[in-house]
Amino acid sequence: MAIKTYREALNEVMHAEMERDSNVFVCGEDISGGAGGTSGEREASGGIFGVTAGLLPRFGEDRVIDTPISENTIVGMAAGASLAGKRGVAEIMFADFVTLALDQMMNQAAKFRYMSGGKAKCPIVIRVPYGAGMNMGAQHSQTMYNIVTSVPGLKCVMPTNPADAKGLLTAAIRDDDPVVFFEHKAMYGRKGEVPDGEYILPFGKAALLNEGNDVTIVAMGRMVLFAEKSVATLRGEGINCDLLDLRTTSPLDEDSILDSIEKTGRVVVVDESTPRCSLASDIAGFIASHGFSSLKAPVAQVTSPHAPVPFARELERAYVPSPDSISAAVRKVMNYK
Amino acid sequence: MSLQQSKDQLLNAYREMKTIREFEERLHKEIMTGEIAGFTHLYSGQEAVAVGVCQHLDHQDLIVSTHRGHGHCIAKGCDVKGMMAEIYGRSTGLGKGKGGSMHIADFDKGMLGANGIVGAGGPLAVGAALSAKLDGNGKVGICFSGEGSINQGAVFEAMNMAKVINAPAIFVIEINGYSEHTGASYSVGGVDIAKRTEGFGLKTIEADGCDYHAVYDAMAELLDYSRSGNGPSAAVFNTTRFFGHYEGDPQNYRAKNEVKEHRSSRDCLKKFCSDNLSGGIISQSEIDEIDVSVMALIDEAVTEARNAPPTPMEEMEADVYITYQ
Repeated sequence: MAIKTYREALNEVMHAEMERDSNVFVCGEDISGGAGGTSGEREASGGIFGVTAGLLPRFGEDRVIDTPISENTIVGMAAGASLAGKRGVAEIMFADFVTLALDQMMNQAAKFRYMSGGKAKCPIVIRVPYGAGMNMGAQHSQTMYNIVTSVPGLKCVMPTNPADAKGLLTAAIRDDDPVVFFEHKAMYGRKGEVPDGEYILPFGKAALLNEGNDVTIVAMGRMVLFAEKSVATLRGEGINCDLLDLRTTSPLDEDSILDSIEKTGRVVVVDESTPRCSLASDIAGFIASHGFSSLKAPVAQVTSPHAPVPFARELERAYVPSPDSISAAVRKVMNYK
Repeated sequence: MSLQQSKDQLLNAYREMKTIREFEERLHKEIMTGEIAGFTHLYSGQEAVAVGVCQHLDHQDLIVSTHRGHGHCIAKGCDVKGMMAEIYGRSTGLGKGKGGSMHIADFDKGMLGANGIVGAGGPLAVGAALSAKLDGNGKVGICFSGEGSINQGAVFEAMNMAKVINAPAIFVIEINGYSEHTGASYSVGGVDIAKRTEGFGLKTIEADGCDYHAVYDAMAELLDYSRSGNGPSAAVFNTTRFFGHYEGDPQNYRAKNEVKEHRSSRDCLKKFCSDNLSGGIISQSEIDEIDVSVMALIDEAVTEARNAPPTPMEEMEADVYITYQ
């Protein structure tokens, strides 16, 4: 075990997997940065968030591909190469730009295997920095994972700590299906213990981060961090929560959700997405259909509002769900008679 | 003066062109019976392009195709019976009936799939070419496309990307006169497609797409160029479409006699025969023999597809993922 940041954990996995399997390559905008610049410095950025630093000097330009600003082709190229036996790891600089690559993600990579009757294999990973909280405005702050989760054929992964980042990215690169891997921009500096050596986490297994008999909190991505704070506050009020970190939203760990609700009878789903067709509404619907008899109170959903992400500091702070808004929702379901 | 090809090679090329033609002409008839569901886009008229290109390729060379993909599939070696069964939506189809006419693929043959999204093949072909580049195996990734996809941003992105990463990608652009129901003279701004590909730095050759030998020769030059590490290239082939955009298209946008005239003056099979019969390279009896066996193959393919079992319900949710917990 060693203390590492979320960014370092991801970076080490890419180094290790490129070392382990010569079929792995990475591509994206400015993943090394500097090509064609006047300074002559040929790793000028190592990725806009520094996640791909050091790959170019170690593995060379053929396997570490700085691309033009062409998201659809970044994903399509990685998908085409992966159909032909490679393992492409594509970076989409901001989740919002997924819209530009959606044809290759949703119509192509997601459907090859089905349309070919099980013959195609497209082991691509699309890494996607996402999320609000850094004053980047409406086109650089969205979640997008709710859209990806809805697509049959794509897997959707979102680690919340450095250890999970290592275990889940290793699993994603070795997975034979297309995986979209969501990294919250505000979590890159988060530190934590990371297991040494090879470490792989299975998809579809939520982590139970806190145990309590009163309320279940289901959260994903950065919302898990806020939910942890809320859990601590509520403990002081005598309210004890199960906290489930979903880790992957497709596949979804349905059993862990239902098991917890059977115990608590009360549930709050926390999702950074906007409310319509969100993970919160999806999971609330699932619970209503499959866990209704366990419920003692309506399912509460804590999401961002039905509005674009605002720029102004005060507005953005209030836009994203917070420990306080999660605690308020928990108190409400506790007080429901 | 066209490149020398052996008699076997020429007869093989003719067999494939004829197979595509009869496959499509037969589909045109069978679709009218109502037995085949959905959209079918026929390739008749363009056979010289698919075959002239794919005669140069082996199974490690990778192609991506379009919604009008039957010809590329046959020319790349896909099983004709498996294709027919797929179009009939049967369990014996190449995709177990789950893909359909627009999504036929055979990865073992280097055929990465027809595609329902116009222009989507561009990025995929660059990926296929990247794979060849990384393996250093001298293989190529070929994107078949037309004047429809040449107006899609994805194709521009792909051409630029191929040039930037120096990938052995070849963009084969088949100009059949129409993108869906709209004439190329309207939809292609600036009209000159070769200037576009040249603008991306692609070595470009224009040739008559109704002339098998012209296609074959152009591709020999481009393949030599791209296989040798010089990066991407493009071929622009003028050709013609004997049927509508899709089967059932009333083709109100075409002059009354256009197809009739093209069938008489721009038929690539007729040209192939007259070019090669007159030189005495191949004989009429050899052509006749191929015609008979092709007709028999298509008959069998239709009969077997009709009689094949439907795709079972268990297939509904199978093959979405390789593993999913």
